[in-house]
Amino acid sequence: MLDVKGIHTYYGLSHILFGVNLTVSKGEVVGLLGRNGAGKSTTMRSIMGLTPPKEGTITFNNEDITGKKPYLLVRDGIGYVPDDRRVFADLSVDDNLEIAFKRTTEWTKERVYGVFPPLADIKARRAGNLSGGEQQMLTIARALMSSPDLLLLDEPTEGLAPLIVRSLEEQILKLKDAGISILLSEQNVRSALRMITRAYVIDEGIIRFEGTVAELEANEDVKKKYLMV
Amino acid sequence: MDFIYTFLSPGVLSQIFVGLSRTVILFIVASGLSLILGVLRIPNVFHGSLYMIGAFMAYTICSVVGGDAGFWLALIGAPIGVGLVSLATERGLFQYLYEREHIMLILFTFAISLVFGDLVKIVWGAEYKSVPVPQVFQGFVPLFGGLPFPRYNMFLLFMGPVVAIALWFLVNKTKIGKISQAAAVDREMVGAVGINVSWVFATVFVIGCFLAGLGGALVAPTVSVTLGMDHSLIIEAFLIVIMGGLGNIWGALLGALIFGLTQSLGILIWPQFGIVFPYLAVIVVLLFRPTGLLKSTW
Repeated sequence: MLDVKGIHTYYGLSHILFGVNLTVSKGEVVGLLGRNGAGKSTTMRSIMGLTPPKEGTITFNNEDITGKKPYLLVRDGIGYVPDDRRVFADLSVDDNLEIAFKRTTEWTKERVYGVFPPLADIKARRAGNLSGGEQQMLTIARALMSSPDLLLLDEPTEGLAPLIVRSLEEQILKLKDAGISILLSEQNVRSALRMITRAYVIDEGIIRFEGTVAELEANEDVKKKYLMV
Repeated sequence: MDFIYTFLSPGVLSQIFVGLSRTVILFIVASGLSLILGVLRIPNVFHGSLYMIGAFMAYTICSVVGGDAGFWLALIGAPIGVGLVSLATERGLFQYLYEREHIMLILFTFAISLVFGDLVKIVWGAEYKSVPVPQVFQGFVPLFGGLPFPRYNMFLLFMGPVVAIALWFLVNKTKIGKISQAAAVDREMVGAVGINVSWVFATVFVIGCFLAGLGGALVAPTVSVTLGMDHSLIIEAFLIVIMGGLGNIWGALLGALIFGLTQSLGILIWPQFGIVFPYLAVIVVLLFRPTGLLKSTW
């Protein structure tokens, strides 16, 4: 469904990604693991067209989407959850969901509130006044409003308390059960391993490992060198 | 009423009303400027030209159609005409410049305002034009111990709140308003939830410019419509927006009130230097609140 081939991405003059390859098949939850600054967010931003790669191609559902505008990618069926949350702080929770583009009627506000019940109770509250966990739920909920086929989840558990991480994991697994394919970037490897089936390990902008969860668990070398676990 | 007069003389009261009707024009124009500044981050010097074009369009519509019907048609037609001009410039020019530095945008919009100043001269000529006050609003209403107050100014006092309420509704209750609130802070993320930000910007730009055109059409019967009315107003509008807080529409209302009232009351205090008072007010406000009276969206 998603096929990233040899992308090189730059921020200005600094070269961040060096020929990153990865694929996500339908119904999969794939992990993109690595340390802070390894290139996870840049990979996500490259796929979403926010920082388009200078070289390489990205295909989604057999269409070349390299360099396509982000709002058009949403309309193609890609949902994006940024790592720094970025809720629309001045709007209410309900309006954050309201203004997102709706591709199909598959996901309605009611269904989204069903996945994230705590949000339903604070509909009218200003998004900027929510707690970190609530804001994270809201960014995922907001991405769901466009009924995506593929969800790019950039470090959803970053900075959240362990108990909240647990409930977020359950909610993400619910999305998988709903048939959404997910590319999940994480520093928190232990949490990620509970959700993903396959993993890529990235370091200094290069993919250092790819394989199943079992293979990663067995590879002490990769874990020690790139993931510090 | 007599109770009020023990504090304020009828002369002062009627000057307050004159100041309030000036406030209405200033608010309508400045709120459009502020909207564009807040959402698109463009310090749009061209806004003054659109105000002038609105007044000239109102003149043309009034003289072609004639009578009160001409005035009402001008009140709707001139802002729409200005909106179309702004749509053409936004799609043709502005949309390619959003990422530029502010100093570039000021120079660019200033250049555009000069070009349009000359275009206005070519189309309408350099003579003064006057737009008649419509029949229904001719004459005076006796106010405050018999001091006459122009009926048309009463109409302006009515239009101010109408525009303010319409704007409040637009910004807080409509989808485009909510989207533009989000885009004012994080335009990249607005794109990443599937919204075509480019068209949101075009819409907001046209709405802001529509207000400039409306201000021009409303002011036309009270002044002589002439070249140069753009430059005097754009300076005032920018000061009002800066005083109120960049991008804050209610700040524009507050700023326009301060500007309009100090202008009209200043004349009573020191007639020869009345024009200085609003600028003094700007200095005082910025000394104590350098970022403006209300929260800036920048």
